[in-house]
Amino acid sequence: MDELILYTEHFNFYYGNFHALKNISMGMEAHKVTALIGPSGCGKSTFLRSLNRMNDIIPGTRVEGKVIFDGNDIYEKNVDVVDLRRKIGMVFQKSNPFPKSIFDNVAYGLYINGERNKSIIADRVEESLTGAALWDEVKDRLDKSALDLSGGQQQRLCIARALAIKPEIILMDEPASALDPIATQKIEELIFELKNEYTIVIVTHNMQQAARVSDFTAFFYLGELIEFGDTERIFTNPKLKKTEDYVTGRFG
Amino acid sequence: MKRKWRDMEQALGFTVLRLSAVIIIVILAFILYDVFSKGAGVINWEFLSDKPRKGMTEGGIWPAIVGTFWVSLVTVIVSVPIGMFTAIYLNEYAKQGRLIRIIRLAIRNLSGVPSIVYGLFGFALFTLMLNLGLSVISSGLTLGLLTLPWTITASEEALKTVPRSYREGALALGATKWQTIRTNVLPYAVPGMLTGTILGLARAAGETAPILFTGVAFFWPVLPKFPQMLSQQFMALPYHLFIMSTQHHEIVKVRPLAYGTALVLIFLIVLMNSVAVVIRYRFRKKYKRV
Repeated sequence: MDELILYTEHFNFYYGNFHALKNISMGMEAHKVTALIGPSGCGKSTFLRSLNRMNDIIPGTRVEGKVIFDGNDIYEKNVDVVDLRRKIGMVFQKSNPFPKSIFDNVAYGLYINGERNKSIIADRVEESLTGAALWDEVKDRLDKSALDLSGGQQQRLCIARALAIKPEIILMDEPASALDPIATQKIEELIFELKNEYTIVIVTHNMQQAARVSDFTAFFYLGELIEFGDTERIFTNPKLKKTEDYVTGRFG
Repeated sequence: MKRKWRDMEQALGFTVLRLSAVIIIVILAFILYDVFSKGAGVINWEFLSDKPRKGMTEGGIWPAIVGTFWVSLVTVIVSVPIGMFTAIYLNEYAKQGRLIRIIRLAIRNLSGVPSIVYGLFGFALFTLMLNLGLSVISSGLTLGLLTLPWTITASEEALKTVPRSYREGALALGATKWQTIRTNVLPYAVPGMLTGTILGLARAAGETAPILFTGVAFFWPVLPKFPQMLSQQFMALPYHLFIMSTQHHEIVKVRPLAYGTALVLIFLIVLMNSVAVVIRYRFRKKYKRV
């Protein structure tokens, strides 16, 4: 593998006594799309949320092992979580635009990071919306409520919001699972565009989607990383029977 | 046959439910009619703007209106910040566990403590121990304590209505916890907090027992002036009503004045509740469409 921007070493995660992730070691290459697949409850979303420490806000959770980003363990005591999340952005399963205007949604990340220069903010909002393939659809109504957008537009707005603070990695937690096929296709095309500039880790339930958008695929089952490798190989020539059964739809 | 029984059951259910709602409305309408029909006659400019005269058989209730206003204001100043901050702490910052459960239980129980107990406590603490005397301040603080559980509970409920996704979305963009709360939780919770607070305040404004111990006067001859009145005794609408209807030496003669006082008190409380309704309505509209 080339350059690993983010990798885990013997990573374990616990919800109270429940051992949700068992000894996960894997890496994400820069400017590639890594897909996490597996049946519900296999730990793929938990793993994704561990990568920018979003699980910190859930009481009673605990981690062991390391997650190395830019050469440092993000679970070290002296790590600034706020700064980490600025560099590792996230898009959620259910699009969650804030009840603000379209413009203010995208500008929010800049605002909380202390940016007050109006022209810089305006430029970055346009750039981010363009990056999220939404600009043409909303440029005439930036001051309208984000909640009036369609589901697919809302999700692209959330992607634009994440892009605005120029993260290095974008984590996507089933970003298209609540969308219709056309909106899903747009998101997938967008992911393909975004990997030129960003590293993307995506959780998906949809195996065709993983096969279409990702370069690498990791198959999780019952909290364990069963198999990890090139997407093409995982889907055409998996080493393990369990992986083959899952990707061919024999269970899930 | 079976079908028929189901329909009857449903009709019976609806009737009971509808009847319950109607009973509430009838009771309210009856109270309002009673107070209005007996009290409206005495309402005029003099009644609202003058002080009681001739042993309270003539004149107005202006000092009582002013007294209730200032006491309520002190109540708000005490209750709103402490209540909101407590709710924010409990809901957003505190580590949920046994201690927090005990605190919550204490708050719930506090809201069930009879108001006369608050009066006694306020008298011991504010009037005597802190030497604030019989005054607007003492009464306002006591009523502040009385409304605190309501403010906290309402504020917590308001915070809970803000979806978790707003918090997560902000945190994922690198917002600190306080930034998240300030910019992406409070703006959507404050109207709900205010609504609950106003309802609590409306209740406090009608309370008699707590102020009875801590500062309300049977009759205070000078028209109250800010700010010296804050440290003086005062008249208040609920207590004035109590005096006029039970303690006065010419009780039959002043009965219309008592009803007039009741009408003004009810009007003030309806006014406060209306403000709460308006705030809530705007809040809902804003939530839907920014």
